[in-house]
Amino acid sequence: MKGATAEKDASMQKQKEMIASHFHELAHVKESGKKVVYTFVPGNLTELINHFGLLPVLPEINALQSGMRGKSAEYISIAEKAGHSEDVCTYVKTDIGMLRAGNIGPTGEPLPKPDLLLLSYTGCFTFLKWFELLREEYDCPVVMLHVPYQGDGEITSEMREYVANQIRQVVIPEFERVSGVKYDEERMKEQLKLSVRAEDDLVWVLDSARAKPSPIDAWFGGVYYIGPMFTSFRGTQDAVDYYTMLREEVQDRMDQKLGPVTPDGPMREEKYRLVIEGPPNWTSFREFWRMFADEGAVIVSSSYTKVGGLYDRGFRHNPDDPIGTMADYCMGCYTNLNFPQRTALLESYINDFQADGFLINSVKSCNSFSAGQLLILRELEKRTGRPGGFIESDLVDPRYFSAANIKNRLESYFQMIEAKRAGAKS
Amino acid sequence: MSTLVADAPQRLLEITRRAEALYDDLELKTVRDWKAQKAGRKAIGFLPIYVPREVIHAAGALPVGLMGGADRVEIVRGDSYFQSYICHFPRSVIELAVGGKMDDLDGFLFPSICDVVRNLSGMFKMLLPTKYVHYVDLPQNFDSNLGGRFYKSELKLMARDFAKLTGTEVTDDRLRASIHIYNENRVALRRLLHARRDRPWEVPTIDYYLLLRAGYMLPVEEHTAMLNEYVELAAHAGRARMDNIRVAVRGAFCEQPPLGLLRTLERAGCYVVDDDFVLGSRFIEVDLDTKGDPWDSLSEGFMHKSLPAASKYDQRHTKHADFVKRVRDFKADGVIFMAPSFCDPALLEQPMLQKALEDANIPFTAFKYSEDTGQFQVIREQAGTFADALKLWGNA
Repeated sequence: MKGATAEKDASMQKQKEMIASHFHELAHVKESGKKVVYTFVPGNLTELINHFGLLPVLPEINALQSGMRGKSAEYISIAEKAGHSEDVCTYVKTDIGMLRAGNIGPTGEPLPKPDLLLLSYTGCFTFLKWFELLREEYDCPVVMLHVPYQGDGEITSEMREYVANQIRQVVIPEFERVSGVKYDEERMKEQLKLSVRAEDDLVWVLDSARAKPSPIDAWFGGVYYIGPMFTSFRGTQDAVDYYTMLREEVQDRMDQKLGPVTPDGPMREEKYRLVIEGPPNWTSFREFWRMFADEGAVIVSSSYTKVGGLYDRGFRHNPDDPIGTMADYCMGCYTNLNFPQRTALLESYINDFQADGFLINSVKSCNSFSAGQLLILRELEKRTGRPGGFIESDLVDPRYFSAANIKNRLESYFQMIEAKRAGAKS
Repeated sequence: MSTLVADAPQRLLEITRRAEALYDDLELKTVRDWKAQKAGRKAIGFLPIYVPREVIHAAGALPVGLMGGADRVEIVRGDSYFQSYICHFPRSVIELAVGGKMDDLDGFLFPSICDVVRNLSGMFKMLLPTKYVHYVDLPQNFDSNLGGRFYKSELKLMARDFAKLTGTEVTDDRLRASIHIYNENRVALRRLLHARRDRPWEVPTIDYYLLLRAGYMLPVEEHTAMLNEYVELAAHAGRARMDNIRVAVRGAFCEQPPLGLLRTLERAGCYVVDDDFVLGSRFIEVDLDTKGDPWDSLSEGFMHKSLPAASKYDQRHTKHADFVKRVRDFKADGVIFMAPSFCDPALLEQPMLQKALEDANIPFTAFKYSEDTGQFQVIREQAGTFADALKLWGNA
């Protein structure tokens, strides 16, 4: 990485330290006696896990980190040799391969075995099979938290009661049993107040992309910004401090009318403002980012940065109703929205962020995102009149990232936008 | 030995021809004819695996199983909605829907089975905005006070929705009566399953399969009669026993194999004695209570009496033992895993079931298919080799 690598923003450094400290703590649970809960990112119960002094491990994060570190191809190969189909989710196979290869985490230290698998089943069917598979590997209990899907585009009182009752009657007692700590609602309220403070600042950062030029890239950069919020740190002072710091840095960039920092340093000219749907590719993340940055394309809003909550549309954890608000959170994540909701949300992003167009990165591994995305594309083109583009890759299987093909498609797509602009002027 | 009935072979042929005609009825003419018999009739389509058809029936509507277009639909528009890496099933479902082939259906149910079917529910909401579309969130928490309570609210919600469509309220008595009628169907299906298990040469796989599919098109009462007549006659048709091995098949619960594939298995020397084809048709194999609260009866049926499936969370962690027991109970010599390409539930489940078989020393083989697979030679060779190996060496 050129340019930007020389001086890391303070917030980046802060996040790096938070992650390193977390993984170091995980590597030393034998000494500390802390218990470990594996769970998933969307709709996670981070505050509750932290409440009991438990340490979360998020297998998707390990998988994407393996992808970024160039390890996933090897791990996938191990899983496929063990009988897993080439067709299925590569996060799962990377996780299983990593486990078979010694379960070394992204910082190079070993990950501990789970004391509990919290199967928080939000927005992705594969989670269910993933933890059934992990249960084969670990001798530990599994707690299922079934989170109903917003099939009819709403959270009904029955859905809310179902999730809240599972948290109250199943999750909390099991956490109490594993940790030996009693649930304390007043303390939980204080944690949630910290969540809200960080959530406010994250929204401010994401909304900063409304400015022209946008001071952030809300996808390639956005995946770093959502890190502490979506993973192990929500509801902690560390997260509050990180987002305060990040907000100040972004404010500074806005004041100077600077564009986002890219792999090759600050972007010089913002030529295209795009909204993107779907997760990024992790194995060629920087190469992928450059394909946009080199063309002056900035992602001003993305759906992927909402898989851990639609804070930008008003959701905040409610400290006055800890269990109810956790239930709402579980059900409100992006991948738990139905197609009409997703389409409407993307439409609002295109309009609110004054995007020139929108792109879909259809990843092979994730049908929760990908199945039927071309209908969303058609509908958005119809509703907004702005051009849509479609590329295909994968999360962490490098066999499905064809750089030349993707670059060609992107170049054609940018030409489409130019043609549209030319047409509008004439 | 059973006595021969002179016209049994001919009558069996007529029954299976009718079943095959129903299978081929992609334009849903049968549904159209049923609706035309009485003004105001409604029909509700559902996707795999399972929906509680009793509630649809109690509302006076016809439940219609939608199992894709197999190899009989040319995909023209369907491909334009989906990415490269996805199963074939949603392509043909969308092809049929946007091509107007589902216009006679008044509503659609999409049970929770995988993210593809889940997203299809929203696609239908967008593509067919005038139709009733509902995602059926089957519980994954199998505690009656948690998942059961939620599921009953889901059942009652659907019942209210169906009543709005049909004008017929789903009262407790009507629902009990429908459960009773479906219990009769379950009895008939069990007779068919047991006949096939005990004397598979009397119930060829293709006949068995077409009979299951017929139940996704016909009114349940007619289907029950069809099953009973078939089973009665099959025992007296004098069909010859072949030197085939007995296999259980797993993985085909959603996207269905083409008929050619089913014929190929038998020609390759495999009697299919247990399977998960059209699984929703017998997802609850036992009879349900018709005396008490019918909502409880349906809820408990799904929660505690339904068959294992890759789309259901294995809360008790018994899938390995249950599967091995089932294979042994059905006296299968081995297992064929045949899953559709890109079917996450089936393909993620497969390594766990394979491990169970390895531990139990039960042989298996595996391949993938698509609903429009047209070349069966490789599959025939694989299944044939599997059958020959088992005949020669057993499970050694």
